[in-house]
Amino acid sequence: MHRTLAIIEREMRRFRRSPMLIVMSMMMPIVQLVVLGYAFGGNVKHLKVAVVDQDHGVPAVRVRELAGAVASGNHTFDLVEYADPGVALTDLRNGVVNGVLTIPPDFSRRVIGRNQPKVALIADNTDSFVSATLSATVAQLVGSYNQPAESSVRIPGQATLDLVEIYPYVPYVQYLLPGSITMSIFMMVMIGGGIIFIDDKARGLHEGYLVTPIRKFELIAGFNISGTIRAVIAGAFLMVIGSLIAGVPNPLDPMRLLRLLTVITITSFALISMMFLIMVRITDPLLPRAVFGVLNTVLYFPSGAVYPQQGFPRWMQLIAAVDPFTYAVHAFKSLLLKNTGFEAIAYDLGFLVVFSIICMGGATALFRRSL
Amino acid sequence: MLAIDVRNIVKSFGDFTAVKGISFQVASGEIFGLLGPNGAGKSTLIRMLTTLLPPTQGTALINGFDVAKQADSVREVIGVIPQAMTSDLELSVEENLLIYAKLYGVPRDKRKRLIDELLQSVELTQWRDKQVRNLSGGMRRRVEIARGLVHEPKIFFLDEPTTGLDPVSRVHVWEMLQRIKAERDLTVLITTHYMDEADKLCDRIAIVDHGQLMALDSPMKLKASVPGKNVLEASFAAPPSDWAEMLRGLPYVEEVTGHDHVFRVATGNGPATTMAVLQTAAARGVAVESLAVQSTTLDDVFVHYTGRALRDTLQAPSPTDHSFMIRRQ
Repeated sequence: MHRTLAIIEREMRRFRRSPMLIVMSMMMPIVQLVVLGYAFGGNVKHLKVAVVDQDHGVPAVRVRELAGAVASGNHTFDLVEYADPGVALTDLRNGVVNGVLTIPPDFSRRVIGRNQPKVALIADNTDSFVSATLSATVAQLVGSYNQPAESSVRIPGQATLDLVEIYPYVPYVQYLLPGSITMSIFMMVMIGGGIIFIDDKARGLHEGYLVTPIRKFELIAGFNISGTIRAVIAGAFLMVIGSLIAGVPNPLDPMRLLRLLTVITITSFALISMMFLIMVRITDPLLPRAVFGVLNTVLYFPSGAVYPQQGFPRWMQLIAAVDPFTYAVHAFKSLLLKNTGFEAIAYDLGFLVVFSIICMGGATALFRRSL
Repeated sequence: MLAIDVRNIVKSFGDFTAVKGISFQVASGEIFGLLGPNGAGKSTLIRMLTTLLPPTQGTALINGFDVAKQADSVREVIGVIPQAMTSDLELSVEENLLIYAKLYGVPRDKRKRLIDELLQSVELTQWRDKQVRNLSGGMRRRVEIARGLVHEPKIFFLDEPTTGLDPVSRVHVWEMLQRIKAERDLTVLITTHYMDEADKLCDRIAIVDHGQLMALDSPMKLKASVPGKNVLEASFAAPPSDWAEMLRGLPYVEEVTGHDHVFRVATGNGPATTMAVLQTAAARGVAVESLAVQSTTLDDVFVHYTGRALRDTLQAPSPTDHSFMIRRQ
């Protein structure tokens, strides 16, 4: 055991002497969290909508009032008045506005004559997210316009839907946080357990170990435990800072922190064990760098960190089933977004522990005691 | 008791045989040198003796322990300085020694004393807290020498310990090794490219080439084993075609080699042969452009046993060699 402790001590001392490595490995997931979280997570606001009123009748004024209410209310769009529909279309093509709402000249006449009155929305559909938001908002606006003044009177037999959400609204940045914590652990594992391990091997540093009486298991255990300690530091850092940035409610609750640290520790050990199993026979320092790009994608995206697994094709669901990220992300989501206890994550922890044992056993068996 | 007993050891990598049945013994307390050109099989041999590579055939006993069957016992009694610099650059001098003391299971109460003694021996006491990355190449080598001795081994293996060092650092390392060897009951096996180093340090020398043992004896006897006590190296302006034959006929000449107008003459009597060469050249009207006389050195021994051909041939890659890595040869 004292030899394992010596390996751990050596790795931790080297880790402490590489501050840039620590900073970079911790900063990357935070940048990812912030950029991706806010890029995908916010409600679309302040789109520019050109209004071309060719009618000017009372019904047309009511449509414009409703549009104005949206603009001053939830700010989904801002209105820009246009007299000439041609100019409005040119501005749409040039990206000056995101959509054109046209009230045709016969709109009032058709309203009064109950002859299928229409307004037109021309949207820039090169951005599907924007056009979907615009069309949904305008459809809602037209729906409101069609409601009679006495609409508050309930009509017996006409069903209505009340939507009740069991959890408060979860911003996308919070939704991303579990994946980002897992990624921060993985980053540290890749650098410490992968790149540095192989670089040391290529530089001949391991020859120094191999001529000592250390046993294979002691060596692997030393590397794994020191790698776990580093990854726990990275994961815990992102867990606290990420929770504060993402606005997770009550982020410093001691019991939740304890549960999260448990998941971080077990996840770290599982991922470092997997890394050593992958790296145990590799000697070319360029290979880990190539492998990591692929591993990142293969492990992160199928895990449910950015999109629900129910939407995946069958083959990707199979990857997800053996992907340790899946269980780590699920456990972090349960604790961070739902504030559950251990009972909700017992299966995740069980999988990660068994996964660690298999990987570490495999790495020990495959490790060569000689060159 | 023999410190090292190598019996017909062989190492093959696929079709390539790097070591072809070498046998030798090293007595306890001896400094034993292993010389050979690049790719001769020295490093493969030393890696087998230090348990880093399993032999394909044959055996080697280190302090009585079989390198293949009792590897852990071998590791307990050996100290190894590999060819590559293997100290942790991020750690301090003392930390490097401390980690290895723990890896070798040196008891806590002995660690500090041993490290203090070793740092003093390698003259690094004042640098003990400095990170290794800040030290010069010679100082790093001294760290590694101290590290290899931190568990008080009985046998010390050094694979080209002075390659890449400047002459002053090399001399420093030699002196240090001699002092440490005198202070401790150590057997040393050293590989080197530097003949002067081997001449000064080693009690006996084995010359290895093409994976085979070419010669083994003390430096003195090895030098005596090659033709001539002295070597004349002379260049002549437009010598006649029978000039080499002419030189061979001079008194005490034992061997003549040469090409173009430069000749190397091995002789048992340097002054007499020099006089004869000058007189013959004058008599035949051949101008002497340059002439140098020197005693036989280990360089001559090395060239005699390994030949003068350049070794620009492919060799089996080491398991840790990579194209982008610069490893010292």
